Amino acid sequence: MTTTQRPERSVPKPTFTDAEAGAQEFPDSGASARRYNYYKPAKRKQTHYEDVTVDVQPDPRHYLSQGWIYGFADGSRGYPLTWTKLKAWGVDEPEPERGIGSGGRHVADWPAHGWHEFRDPNEEWEMTFYRYNANVVRQVNQNIENARVLKGFDNWTPNWVNFVERNVGAWMHVEHILGLYVFAACNRSAPTNMHNTAIAVNSMHKIRFAQDLALYNLTLSEEIDGFDGSAHLDAWNNDDVWQGVRKVTEALTAVDDDWGEMMFATNVVFEPLIGELFRSNLVMQVAAGNGDFVTPTVMGAAEYDYAQRDLRWTQACFGPLVQDREFADHNKQLLQGWLAKWVPQALEAARTLQPIWSLPDAKPPRFEDSLDRAKSRFAGIVSDLGLEAPKELNL
Amino acid sequence: MSRQSLAKAHQKIQELSWEPQYHEPYMKYGTDYTFRKAAKKDPLKQVLRSYFPMQEEKDHRVYGASDGAIRGNMFRQVQERWLEWQKLFLSIIPLPEVSAARSMPMLFHVVPNPELHNGQAIQMIDEVRHSTIQQNLKRLYMNNYIDPAGFNNSLRNFHSDYCGTIGRQFAEGFITGDAITAASIYLTIVAETAFTNTLFVAMPAEAAANGDYLLPTVFHSVQSDESRHISNGYATLLMALSDEDNRQLLERDLRYAWWNNHRVVDAAIGTFIEYGTKDRRKDRESYAEMWRRWIYDDYYRAYLIPLEKYGLVIPHDLIEESWKQIWEKGYVHEVAQFFATGWLANYWRIDGMTDEDFEWFEYKYPGWYDKYGKWWENYNRLATPNGHNPIVFEDVDYVYPARCWTCMVPCLVREDMVMADVDGVTRTYCHEVCRWTDVEAFRPTYQGRETPNMGRLVGHREWETLYHGWNWADVVSDMGFVRDDGKTMTAQPHLNLDPSKMWTLDHMRRCPPLQSPNVLINEMDDAGKAAFHADYIRQGPAGRPAPENA
Repeated sequence: MTTTQRPERSVPKPTFTDAEAGAQEFPDSGASARRYNYYKPAKRKQTHYEDVTVDVQPDPRHYLSQGWIYGFADGSRGYPLTWTKLKAWGVDEPEPERGIGSGGRHVADWPAHGWHEFRDPNEEWEMTFYRYNANVVRQVNQNIENARVLKGFDNWTPNWVNFVERNVGAWMHVEHILGLYVFAACNRSAPTNMHNTAIAVNSMHKIRFAQDLALYNLTLSEEIDGFDGSAHLDAWNNDDVWQGVRKVTEALTAVDDDWGEMMFATNVVFEPLIGELFRSNLVMQVAAGNGDFVTPTVMGAAEYDYAQRDLRWTQACFGPLVQDREFADHNKQLLQGWLAKWVPQALEAARTLQPIWSLPDAKPPRFEDSLDRAKSRFAGIVSDLGLEAPKELNL
Repeated sequence: MSRQSLAKAHQKIQELSWEPQYHEPYMKYGTDYTFRKAAKKDPLKQVLRSYFPMQEEKDHRVYGASDGAIRGNMFRQVQERWLEWQKLFLSIIPLPEVSAARSMPMLFHVVPNPELHNGQAIQMIDEVRHSTIQQNLKRLYMNNYIDPAGFNNSLRNFHSDYCGTIGRQFAEGFITGDAITAASIYLTIVAETAFTNTLFVAMPAEAAANGDYLLPTVFHSVQSDESRHISNGYATLLMALSDEDNRQLLERDLRYAWWNNHRVVDAAIGTFIEYGTKDRRKDRESYAEMWRRWIYDDYYRAYLIPLEKYGLVIPHDLIEESWKQIWEKGYVHEVAQFFATGWLANYWRIDGMTDEDFEWFEYKYPGWYDKYGKWWENYNRLATPNGHNPIVFEDVDYVYPARCWTCMVPCLVREDMVMADVDGVTRTYCHEVCRWTDVEAFRPTYQGRETPNMGRLVGHREWETLYHGWNWADVVSDMGFVRDDGKTMTAQPHLNLDPSKMWTLDHMRRCPPLQSPNVLINEMDDAGKAAFHADYIRQGPAGRPAPENA
């Protein structure tokens, strides 16, 4: 047997460079230089979330000395502050004028306006949102799988099967439309990276939940004889009881060029008055009595999304605007106007939905009691924001 | 989730597709393209039930590797020459990534195909991932690499530095103007499909060769998402091609997007790969060789040319011209030389080239030494302060270039420079295609056709304008490129961290004032401008003055 000499492989050679922190002393070698120093943290210590989020989206009022370099045909550029009618202090101050020999004119007195004070209290960035959502889908899958193995769906009455296939099914469309055409649609619109990232994360919750419901519907089609996996489409497209919800959901996508109104109307008005009304005050209350221990866990995951996360960033976004040192009155008037505009639409949609309260065999709380709870919850949210519940709430 | 169940699940979520019944969504973004409703399938076939755990698993690998790099003392073998260029790259790239996320709703608004919106929404989430994971990588470098200066103030620097402004095209270009031009053709069809190969595949390989295995870990993880985004662009392109009225716009946008990506990405990544490496094995690919493989063969020949049969007009001439720029006209070498010439306006340290580097360049690019060797020898000679000024002020046969109004890279291949009077001022362009982009493409009419949604090129596009007449010490201070002793510059034209070898504001104070080429040109009369142009196009290579008696 002969052996052939293999040619020496061509690979990069490791070299000892001693290029690690602390290897030498020189200006900027100390520990104090090892932090992002271009922004002021909201609290004493800068957070990991702030480090990966703040100032990624530049601002001509800060360091963007050459200005935005692409414009829309109408002359607007970057992330215009006029894409909502809401105002944060400082926005009416002109941008620094720059030109021949002007220098950078960086704004030392930072933040230059109140929008930059916003921080997402959920501190969402990629590590957090993948862990959170991966945990949710795992838990939801496990719950459904457990019910499937234990034949948990066998206990459902025909009436409840019908309720889930039509009405729980119809809700997936609400979440999908809000996720894609309200939240994702607005992630280009707000004035800071912190806002737009929070909006994008909110959209993920919605789109995920829409798909959770769709795939739950698919499992039920496979597990329950006679479960009509397409009944949700008929309910959503044709059932009168859903047309009020559909109308207001679609109206949220059609707000005339104001990301602030879209976020506010959805998370402050629609969610408590319709979303929680349906999810918490109907489905989650009534399912157990009808032999269903699974659907509330699927719904509950989304309820946590809203109640513990999406509402939190919304409050942190809009609350300070009501107290704004320069535009509090302007904002309050505007937000009250939006409440007056959206609350009647939401209540009308809620009342249109009322007939489904009487469909299950084991009855849920009375519709009026459910609605009262939703109104009370809504009034609390509005009050926390420093706003007044609109008179339309009593309609 | 099995493949079979994934297909079934994906089919099921198509039932979510929305056809408005009571209110049409507000159309915030416009396009001059027209789309017929077409039943194009969502090419990503991604369901969030499997997507989130998959991405979480990818994250675990990335963060595990990060932890391992620190425990394994990776920074004891990282090449400083390489990591210094990452101060520029990692200050740029998080914005393009998050801009790609922001661009997706522009497509929801103009592409009337709900099934595609699902893929676009997933791309949005991916892009938020990329931006923050890259900011996090930079944070890790800042904490563990010997010299944090430049990483620690990276976003301030990026927003005010001319290199950052060049890089910002690769972000603002995704989110502004005609929605299809920006978010589809420029972003997904050209930037992601063609140029992420060099960004996220070729460059990480070079990082690994320089002792940095974190950049490959993060960017290959990113690239595994990019390959899905390419499918998004392809589906939209096929929809656009189905309407003949779009073909004129597609031809325009492909020319613009191709050329701009070539000018911007090849300038930056070419420099990082060729001048930021210490790996001089003769059999390692040069940037030109990588470009030929990844962009010319994989993108142009395998992806673009087959689209010709669907009616897409391919910019064959520009692709050949880009190759010529890289191979014959030394585009990357000219850019690297310019970056090094202007080291004092930046926020990272630029290592000089050694004999080993010279030998490699000569082997890979025959004739390199005759063009650039002498200048790099001068760069080394003038690297540490010793009574002289920085190289840009010394007599090294280099004429400071005018800046291209469109791509904002200076006009470095001197023979190609063109000038035009536009909107009341005289502008210089690095190439006829950049002139065309500004003067003809980004306008409200194109070849007689109304294009009311087309964007505009705006802003103070020549950085030097802002500091015209300023003393250099004040320029550097104003930009904030100063270390924590208040006088030593962040940038250095060498890697020696001995404070006695480092340039300070005192050295800058004695330099001549900064002069803006564009301001000076606009002060000339017509004859002066013509003479300037005639002289300029006779300059080079390597920035040499025009020969006196030619």
